[in-house]
Amino acid sequence: MSGVIGQAVSRIDGPAKVTGSAHYSGEIALPGLAYAEIVGARVASGRITSIDTAQAEDAEGVAGILTHLNMPKVNNVPLLPSLIGGPAPGETFFPMQDDVVHYAGQPVAIVVADGLEQAQHAATLVQISYAETPSITTIDQGRADAYEPEKIFGGLMPAQTRRGNVEDGFAAADLLIDAPFRFAANHHNPIEALTTTAVWDGDQLTLYDSCQGIKAVQLTVAALLGLSPSKIRVLTRYVGGAFGAKAMVWPHVTLTALAAQYVRRPVRLALPRGQMFTSCGHREEQEQHIELGATSDGKLTAIRHHKISITSPFDDWAEPAFGVASQLYACPGFEGVHRLVRGNTMTPTFTRGPGEAVGVFTLECAMDELASELGIDPIELRLRNITDVDPNTGHPWSSYGLRECFERGARRFGWAGRNPQPRSERHGNWLIGTGMATAGYPIAFFMHTQRARAHLYADGTAIVQTATQEFGTGTSTVMTQVAADGLGIGLRDVRFEFGDTDLPNAGSPVGSNGAMMVSAAVHNAATAVRDQLITLAVSDSQSPLHGADPAGVVVAGGRMTLAGDANTGETYSSLMQRHIMSDAEAIGSWDPPPLDTPHGLLTFGAQFARVAVDADLGIIRVRHMVGAFAPGRVLNPKTARSQLMGGMLWGMSQALLEGTHMDTRHGRWANASLGDYLVPVNADAPDVDVELIEVEDHVTGPLGVKGVGEIGQVGAAAAIANAVYHATGYRVRELPIAVEHLLAHLPSGPASAAAGAQPDLT
Amino acid sequence: MRQNVLRPGLLVDINDLPLNRVEDLPEGGLRIGALARMSDVAQAAGVVQRFPVISQALLLGASAQLRNMASMGGNLCQRVRCSYFRDATSPCNKRDPGSGCAALDGFNRGHAILGTSDKCIATHPSDVAVALVAMDAVVHTRGPADDRAIPIEEFFLLPGDTPEREHPLEHGELIVAIEVPATPTARLSIYLKFRDRESYEFALVSVAAAVRIQDGAIADVRLALGGVGTKPWRARRAEASLVGKLAGEASFAEAAGQELAAAKPRPLNAFKVELAQRAIIRALMTLTNGDTR
Repeated sequence: MSGVIGQAVSRIDGPAKVTGSAHYSGEIALPGLAYAEIVGARVASGRITSIDTAQAEDAEGVAGILTHLNMPKVNNVPLLPSLIGGPAPGETFFPMQDDVVHYAGQPVAIVVADGLEQAQHAATLVQISYAETPSITTIDQGRADAYEPEKIFGGLMPAQTRRGNVEDGFAAADLLIDAPFRFAANHHNPIEALTTTAVWDGDQLTLYDSCQGIKAVQLTVAALLGLSPSKIRVLTRYVGGAFGAKAMVWPHVTLTALAAQYVRRPVRLALPRGQMFTSCGHREEQEQHIELGATSDGKLTAIRHHKISITSPFDDWAEPAFGVASQLYACPGFEGVHRLVRGNTMTPTFTRGPGEAVGVFTLECAMDELASELGIDPIELRLRNITDVDPNTGHPWSSYGLRECFERGARRFGWAGRNPQPRSERHGNWLIGTGMATAGYPIAFFMHTQRARAHLYADGTAIVQTATQEFGTGTSTVMTQVAADGLGIGLRDVRFEFGDTDLPNAGSPVGSNGAMMVSAAVHNAATAVRDQLITLAVSDSQSPLHGADPAGVVVAGGRMTLAGDANTGETYSSLMQRHIMSDAEAIGSWDPPPLDTPHGLLTFGAQFARVAVDADLGIIRVRHMVGAFAPGRVLNPKTARSQLMGGMLWGMSQALLEGTHMDTRHGRWANASLGDYLVPVNADAPDVDVELIEVEDHVTGPLGVKGVGEIGQVGAAAAIANAVYHATGYRVRELPIAVEHLLAHLPSGPASAAAGAQPDLT
Repeated sequence: MRQNVLRPGLLVDINDLPLNRVEDLPEGGLRIGALARMSDVAQAAGVVQRFPVISQALLLGASAQLRNMASMGGNLCQRVRCSYFRDATSPCNKRDPGSGCAALDGFNRGHAILGTSDKCIATHPSDVAVALVAMDAVVHTRGPADDRAIPIEEFFLLPGDTPEREHPLEHGELIVAIEVPATPTARLSIYLKFRDRESYEFALVSVAAAVRIQDGAIADVRLALGGVGTKPWRARRAEASLVGKLAGEASFAEAAGQELAAAKPRPLNAFKVELAQRAIIRALMTLTNGDTR
């Protein structure tokens, strides 16, 4: 209302972060604090035959050691995504309940000491013997025993999807594309490792936890320990990145609480980087196989999209290959099937665009291949297949904008006039290629009631509260804007308070839903206070607004006026002082539409990439990325752009760098460090342009917000892979794409350059 | 040490020793103090002008922050990046002699193809050492008994049966300086580094090259490889093949092929055999053609 929504406001938490005064979960000063270190299993499968803690217990500063021999038993809690708003353990398995080892790195002991280094040292002194049994840690090892689960993704999605008749579709096709892809596992690696500080006061537990959802932490620990949630308070103000690693509540949180109980002192556990690869899930190693059928004019007739991936011994987890990938195009026949291999890894989890990042990659690479085969421009091919309704339900999209994304993205990128011939552009030693892809990300209404409280003082300043946390996305900035806008006061007059489970309920901002759901509650709380005061003013004979239609009153700068007549009105302050009110307060709440709301629900976008591939050596560098996105209403173009840009760079990382490799002999990740698991550095970052296309949405909450958290990554890797094909004439069907995939397909030596020769591609 | 790979009983801080100078020697060589920082050496005028290959190798190594802290002597003595060496758990003959080599049949994409043994295939990680090997540098040491001058190629030991022994330093012996002899050929020199990401990453393959052409023929050539050898790899077979030949892609390819004929790849690093040859050709073409990257 005050126009502060939509402004490019800089982060309000920026100064605290750059000056170091923002305190993270591992930086809370507490008297008597002890430090915990987890000992992870060295083997991937077997039993613990003996544990000798004597030497470790004698080490300097050690306060206590827990193993399966003295660890209290916890309750079984089912795996449910934190999005749903209940207990959300990352895996149904809880460690140290018995002597069985299911995966390497599984916690088998936890050592607590006065100092961090003392705990680290003592952890190396715990002597553990194992009776090792054979392990399965890759798809290849377990392929023969693959199975079709009933549900995947924490029970959220069926393992199979069918629409129409896929066989009829293939029969009607003039052209078939058949493309198998392989994907290395990915680990999130936020720069702030998962960190928990646990403090008991009698039977009251306070947790400072680096998480994506403080309520989920509260409810999960309560469920595991059999405590009332009212006994547990979680305080988390700042989180140093998450990317899904902190979307679920992993065992170390409860282990820290149990360790603190055991040593009767506050205990802090910060996972060392190496344990970040075995403590908070990962994107599973997977293969996807897609078959497209299309008519000669480029209309899709059938899509068959199969996935096989590896999960843990306890949970049927697969990120969905074909949620969005089944919805982008109006193809009459669709068949999607997930198959799983049980392996000795921990349960995989949500990882940056879970499902979409890989599933849409597969679809969009196949679409590029189809475009090449048919000689149709890749954008034109997509325009011939996109749909105004969700093809799975026939419901119209709650809002769309995909055509505009193609148009504006293409214009910004300079797509027009592109020579479709591979290897058609070369600068020096570099082959230049361009590619594009469609992006989509779901809007999921699984969350429960969202609440916020707005509290306005008589001087016209306000505190607005809700139990969310800032994990670097800009939430605290954007919610301050939404609150100021709803109240009709200035940005500086609002303090947004968050990061405490004692505040009104907010769900875990996962699945790119934070801006949508939290803003809805904050908006409703703020406007509820505003409406209280407008109602009071129009019924107050001493108010200049007396008798006015409340709907005709607007508020800006803390002053209520008649719409179109700025001279008639008064400030909140004058009204409240006249009524001897020190404050006004309201709780605002928002419930999502029902799950069967008659709308297609996706956020749309289009991705473009220009890459350079060393013509002899196969080194790939991305030169330019353009993303055009239609995320509903944009609350803050600056933070939205930053998130989308970050997502696009993660897409580049997915395409070219990130892969965790399993050493099957030991069942351990072979590159579990940031020295060996590569993510981009600044020098890798190309020019990144983001186009924001605002679309009106009347389904996704009172402000019509969709989300910008993850769609930036979706399609980005496909655009890059398609550009690599355009540059080189060779399609790599494996991520990350690396030198060794291309080298054999690049004509050797500078002869080709010297002669300016075009290789024969037929 | 932070990863429990090494557990020394005693650490001695040598940072206050007066060994941080970079001196131009009268005949055109360099004397680099063992404690000179990588960033200072990279910017020293005598290095930039007379040994561009050394300056470039330094600037392509590590990160700006590390280069500001890391010493030249320390760089030569840095330990390998093999994840099995560093995990303090897997069998590793370098860390725990006789325990075996997990890398031989493990995830060895980054490992060496030259100078390997059945005991160790870890790649020597240094960039500047590759340039120094190409320049015939000499490592000066001081020990309890005497001073030594060790030709740099002898300073790095092949793993053989004793991968735990990486250099010939004796107990109590310290590197004091690195001398680089005057090398007119080095004025036309280059260091090319190819890697998965653009910065702050070790080489898949790197090439230090210098060449002097006389009457169209190669009068002198220096060639060393990084990222592919268990030690900074002086490509002597390639050099021998090139001297006296006409500079051109054919002779470069022939030389590269001869050097890599001795490669012993594993399945995951087999691509390095081809990559290294192409990198050698690229480096020599760049030097002789003014070819742009």
